[in-house]
Amino acid sequence: MHLDHPVTLPHRHTHSADARRPDGSRRALRIGFGGPVGSGKTATVAALCRTLRDRLSLAVVTNDIYTQEDAAFLRREAVLPPERITAVETGACPHTAIRDDISANLEAVEQLEQDLGPLDLILIESGGDNLTATFSRGLVDTQVFVIDVASGDDIPRKGGPGITTADLLVVNKTDLAPYVGADLDTMRADTRRQRGDLPYAFTSLTTADGIRPVTDWVTERLAAWHAGVTG
Amino acid sequence: MSRTALLLLADGRFPAGGHAHSGGMEAAVASGSVHDTAGLEAFCRGRLHTAGLTAAGLAAAAATGHDPLALDEAADTRTPAPALRRVARRLGRQLMRAARATWPSTELDHLAHHRPQGAHQPVVLGVTARAAGLTPLDAAHAAAYDSVGGPATAAVRLLSLDPFEATAVLARLAEECDTVAGAAARAAERVAVEGVTVLPAASAPLLDITGEQHAARPVRLFAS
Repeated sequence: MHLDHPVTLPHRHTHSADARRPDGSRRALRIGFGGPVGSGKTATVAALCRTLRDRLSLAVVTNDIYTQEDAAFLRREAVLPPERITAVETGACPHTAIRDDISANLEAVEQLEQDLGPLDLILIESGGDNLTATFSRGLVDTQVFVIDVASGDDIPRKGGPGITTADLLVVNKTDLAPYVGADLDTMRADTRRQRGDLPYAFTSLTTADGIRPVTDWVTERLAAWHAGVTG
Repeated sequence: MSRTALLLLADGRFPAGGHAHSGGMEAAVASGSVHDTAGLEAFCRGRLHTAGLTAAGLAAAAATGHDPLALDEAADTRTPAPALRRVARRLGRQLMRAARATWPSTELDHLAHHRPQGAHQPVVLGVTARAAGLTPLDAAHAAAYDSVGGPATAAVRLLSLDPFEATAVLARLAEECDTVAGAAARAAERVAVEGVTVLPAASAPLLDITGEQHAARPVRLFAS
């Protein structure tokens, strides 16, 4: 059980992600999705929305680097109604917007909550970045790092904060392994070595229900969130 | 006053959302009017003496303790372009969040309560300076410097300018920043008796026009 400080910090609700709404109920769980360009963050978020939208109230914040491409893709694919998808602009620095200066993202999250009423889950997708990009704990409650098989099977070995510390590591596009000469066993062994007991999932979103391992993880985190175990 | 508090407030790393804005620089680069260090300096000088002076006056007046809601209205009057009004309020809302976390004060709470969607950034800056124990002149300095610091950083990213040269531009503008801040603070001293009309109302029509155009661009690195 998460215990707050005996004396609540003044104005705490005004800046970072307080776990409770003013009425005492738990606010939406905020999950960050980070990872390099082209690894499948948007595809992962889209697949999650399709799987979860019938049983949860969802919203998405995208962080595009110089367009609204990711938000436009999600709207075009109609994974959620358009008013549930917001794009944040990051001024050529996607990692700054999710780590060092989270104000625009927090604002987007709060605006969604204000416009849509109580939500269960908010997915925040970072702009494509490098292996050091991680989300501030002031913005998200838990974070997923998405890499892919086609970018090189040595990426898990290289490590970096995203790979070693994310709450879930997704290694995507396993279907491409034979075409790009990637050794999945090596990737799995390196992943275990880098992450110890932290969970990971190998996914192929081109197969039916390929998002399943991520959906299961999100569902578990949500249950833990509502039980007050995390955050 | 604490000089260090001023350094903290004026630091580009202060987490108030400014990093995603270029202060009109991206539009100037896109139109070809800024393409080198000399262009950067001319742009910054122009912005400092127009939008910068106006922002510094509003910030200094807010730091005197003058009614921030009246100043917010004065800021609207001095910001004819709807796109730039939206940007100013968005940045004001983001600064408000950082300010309340950094220097909690009832005056910040009051302004946040009455402008939940954000007051103009220079007004929030002035109230923040006051909450941090700074003077109206300090607030004017922060606003004046902010008016050139953001575009200079953006130019380095947009044009791959030499960062040392871009920083030297800011150093060369330091004296003019001081002059602008001084003029703004002197005007702010008169607001209590003479009203907000004594505050500077310098405008840069080209920044207003390109600000609107930029807001409609589908592909851009900076929000403004």
